[in-house]
Amino acid sequence: MAAEVAAQIDLKSLAVALAIAVGALGPGLAIGQIGGKGLEAIGRNPEASDKIQTAMILGIAFAEAVAIYCLVIALVLNFT
Amino acid sequence: MEISLVAEPVIKILGFNLTNSLFTSLILTIFLLGFSFAFADTKLKLIPESHSLQNILEFIFEGLISIFQTAAGEKTRIFFPLAATYFIYIILGNWIGLLPGFGSIGLNEIISGKEVLVPLFRGVTADINTTLALALISVALIQYYGFKSLGLGYLKKYFNFKGPIDFFVGILELVSEFSKIISFAFRLFGNIFAGEVLLTVMAFLFPFILPLPFLGLELFVGLIQALVFTMLSLVFLKLATSHH
Repeated sequence: MAAEVAAQIDLKSLAVALAIAVGALGPGLAIGQIGGKGLEAIGRNPEASDKIQTAMILGIAFAEAVAIYCLVIALVLNFT
Repeated sequence: MEISLVAEPVIKILGFNLTNSLFTSLILTIFLLGFSFAFADTKLKLIPESHSLQNILEFIFEGLISIFQTAAGEKTRIFFPLAATYFIYIILGNWIGLLPGFGSIGLNEIISGKEVLVPLFRGVTADINTTLALALISVALIQYYGFKSLGLGYLKKYFNFKGPIDFFVGILELVSEFSKIISFAFRLFGNIFAGEVLLTVMAFLFPFILPLPFLGLELFVGLIQALVFTMLSLVFLKLATSHH
């Protein structure tokens, strides 16, 4: 006797996983590009590396903030 | 493993619910105020002796001034007390959640039928209320300094009737002021709360060597988020007080 197993998709878990997975794509690419440009600038002008480093870290924190917004949505969905 | 998005009330006095993060921030504030008042009593020397508290504090002070000067330029002296308060409060609030006992020492309470452990202490900025309050204070002070230095001409930034495109840009600026509040609050809250969740999960998986690199990461993230909040506030303050 074949037991009927109804495949149930847990949409809430899927939403949580997709929120953070898709949400981290853009910032990941952005941080990579910011880091790349920053390192290139430091290579061209090592004397200004202090200023470039500060601006680069600030830019990276902004790009990361977008990923954090998606993470907050994922956490809110998960815990309510 | 209990992770709670909201800060739970732990002390109920006279109908007022004191949440665990508010309790921690009170402890932090009393510590900072006590330290300031104790240090204010010492005699300051023109050349501090080495290894003295005055020397360490002057080192921190000069370091902060040099960091803020890249963002604020010549208005650093006006905004320094505000920015340094943001920096010190936020960095200590971020780091205090890493101390042992935070999240583990608590009261067993029964919430909605299940017995859960309600932690007595929680990181100050791991609560959306604290970060929302900081964001509101920051944006409100940006408007205040804008009006104080430009007078009513500050409104020309938002209501610009020179042309249709300028008008639209002004409305966008108005909306972006509100989005600044959300952005400040969620950036700080998201980073610190996600760090707490990460540490809880790592400690739950394998409590011996595994949480170490994540504790280091959380120290770094706490520093960077305090720096980002402060520098961003300084940049917006400088933009608001500069003549277009």
